[in-house]
Amino acid sequence: MRILNTVAFFAAAFLSSSSAFAAGGAVADEFKWMTFAVFGVIIAITMAITFWAARTTHTTSEFYAAGRSVSGMQNGWAIAGDYLSAASFLGIAGLISLYGFDGFMYSVGWLVAYITVLLVIAEPCRNIGKYTMGDILAFRNDPKKTKVVAALSTITVSTFYLTAQMVGGGVLIKTLIGIDYEISVIGVGILMLAYVVFGGMKATTWVQITKAVLLVMASLLLVFLVWSPYGFSLPAYLKAVIADDKVIAQVAKLMGSAAATMSKEELGQRFLEPGLFLKNPIDQISLGMALVLGTAGMPHILMRFFTVPSAQAARTSVIWAMGIIGGFYVLTLFLGTGAAMLVGPAKIAGIDPGGNMAGPLLAQYLGGGADSLLGNFFLAFVAAVAFATIVAVVAGLVLASASAMAHDIYVGVIKGDRASQKEQVVAARVSSLIVGLMAITVGILAKGQNVAHLVALAFAVAASSNLPAVFLTLYWKKCNTTGIIAGMLIGSIAAIGLVMISPNMTYPKAVLSAAKKVMDGEPAVEAKAAIPGAGLKCELFAVCQKAEPAIPAQAAKPGALEKKAGLQAKLAIATDAAEKAKIEKDVAGLDKVITKAEGDLKKFAGQATSMMGLEKPFFLLKNPGLLSIPLGFLCVILFSLVTRDKRAEEMWDELYVRQNTGINAEGANVH
Amino acid sequence: MSKREINWAAIDTDPRFQELHRKKTSFLWGLMLLSTVYYFMLPIGAAYFQDLFKIKVWGVVNVGILFALSEFVVAWTIAFVYSRKANTEFDIMAQAIIADAHKLGV
Repeated sequence: MRILNTVAFFAAAFLSSSSAFAAGGAVADEFKWMTFAVFGVIIAITMAITFWAARTTHTTSEFYAAGRSVSGMQNGWAIAGDYLSAASFLGIAGLISLYGFDGFMYSVGWLVAYITVLLVIAEPCRNIGKYTMGDILAFRNDPKKTKVVAALSTITVSTFYLTAQMVGGGVLIKTLIGIDYEISVIGVGILMLAYVVFGGMKATTWVQITKAVLLVMASLLLVFLVWSPYGFSLPAYLKAVIADDKVIAQVAKLMGSAAATMSKEELGQRFLEPGLFLKNPIDQISLGMALVLGTAGMPHILMRFFTVPSAQAARTSVIWAMGIIGGFYVLTLFLGTGAAMLVGPAKIAGIDPGGNMAGPLLAQYLGGGADSLLGNFFLAFVAAVAFATIVAVVAGLVLASASAMAHDIYVGVIKGDRASQKEQVVAARVSSLIVGLMAITVGILAKGQNVAHLVALAFAVAASSNLPAVFLTLYWKKCNTTGIIAGMLIGSIAAIGLVMISPNMTYPKAVLSAAKKVMDGEPAVEAKAAIPGAGLKCELFAVCQKAEPAIPAQAAKPGALEKKAGLQAKLAIATDAAEKAKIEKDVAGLDKVITKAEGDLKKFAGQATSMMGLEKPFFLLKNPGLLSIPLGFLCVILFSLVTRDKRAEEMWDELYVRQNTGINAEGANVH
Repeated sequence: MSKREINWAAIDTDPRFQELHRKKTSFLWGLMLLSTVYYFMLPIGAAYFQDLFKIKVWGVVNVGILFALSEFVVAWTIAFVYSRKANTEFDIMAQAIIADAHKLGV
């Protein structure tokens, strides 16, 4: 009954505060009822799942690992659900719609990451672990010390990822349907807490599966609609995409003055060629390393392997996950290019500069446009799936943090592994509540903050701290407690430290000068020759000359103020109504730009340095993995070699035999 | 199955376990190396071999797009090859060791 009350309370709170939905959003006001109806149906389904799951969630193994009764295929769908967060499902389609080839290239690393999970992590972790990453590390190392460090790292990684999801989700919901940021963060938080606290891993798993199935179905339908007019021919379809004027205009904008010498056909073709978005290959490789090694160290992904009955099922689940995730990314190629051709990059970026609205806007267009019932139903459906995605991903992350807090710290360290079943489950539920409330608070506090770097940071810390520790303890005989602790601490501190001094942070000087350029315009710039770099060191740190490409000459650009004055003068003499309307629209657009620049000028007035006291980035890559990952591995190895740990050596035979054979692995619950 | 009854060191030195270890290690490292090299060829190619990536081979579809799509095919193939090998060979070898686990070295 408690759950039903929660549902009723939440539904009432969510739907009755209509004042919060007053303004804005991609959905027109007259169609909002439909959006909420679709939201309501999806929320009702997930609540029914939670209600059902809560009845069979009593023991620790049921709460953390769904009684190890999830099948390989089900777990595969749930992993896909965990992984296809809003960032990847809306973000990648958006990047493709704005930057073509580079956006698609960006998606590849997210799939390749699962090869590491499949080959070296999934099965051994299933055979050795119980509920958390801490269990795996504590197997042969000092249990208390490693559990503390593992829990800290789990909570750090999850919090970074969680904050990015909360802030991204709040902004997304506001953009889509105009609900206030705070209300959508609280809504996501309460729903997610209901799943986790009452239904534990079982509810979380089935919510993920439901969401993943909805997401794949919606994408398949959209791709079918986009691609079928071209008889499902790839060249014919892409030919139509790059012949579109909106796409050509976007490429011309991205190419700047270099576009002047190119034909329309060349500009269109450029959309399918690399280099429009990802300009720094070293940064690319650094990101690739963080993805390929970080995914396998993500606590909420690791935790999924404890929910299946055996190592074989863990293997099956990765295969399914790879099929679904990869297939989905192939679909995003069509979603992204389709949105570019049908909706247009300018309109997509106009609503959200990151391109997150590409998928939803494409859905609206394919249903019949902004004024049609079906178009708005499609949009409502995609918006609801996006909402379910955020809630489900956050639920998985909260469960991972809560298990680190309750199972590793409270039960493992404070209680010395002596706690009754009941006590453990209560601890798990209380921890979920604490983490969940923390997530809501952090989400609200971080409103308007730059959180884009947090996802990269989460992967970098997972790859530099968790992965070296888990990998070496599983595969290297000499690995020991000191090595694990030193490696995890130094790896994560290095990753976080490098990001703090990287271009991801906000540098007031740069923001101010950009805002001034917007307002007052830029003087003409003479062409500059390319500058050769002075070696790899200079590409990574601001200590010497970095390689710079040649810059063609640029004519002076007028500022927004000057442009506005010009437009107003035109407006005064314009007679044609249509022309007047167009000029007024341009002025309104300029006003938006001016307000933003004025806001920046005011916000950063008098500030000269970033949070870390830097005027400009010292570390030049956005992704720290290239340095922090090898450092994490090196520290585990060095500190293991210079210290001795009798227990770690004695337990090696048992660990190695067990991880390869599954003897004595935690079994499935028998009901 | 009490944990005390198993002599882990004896299993570790058992020739069948050594054989499993040897086969698994070389197979996994081979696949891992292959997938890593193939994956990083994509950003490296996109940055330093742009002329190659721009060559049109199938209508407007160029080498770059086909190469990016091939990354998916290669990833799926590796997953398929591994699971086949594990299902038909590693699992059976492990099963033989599990069956004798309590007898070894007691």
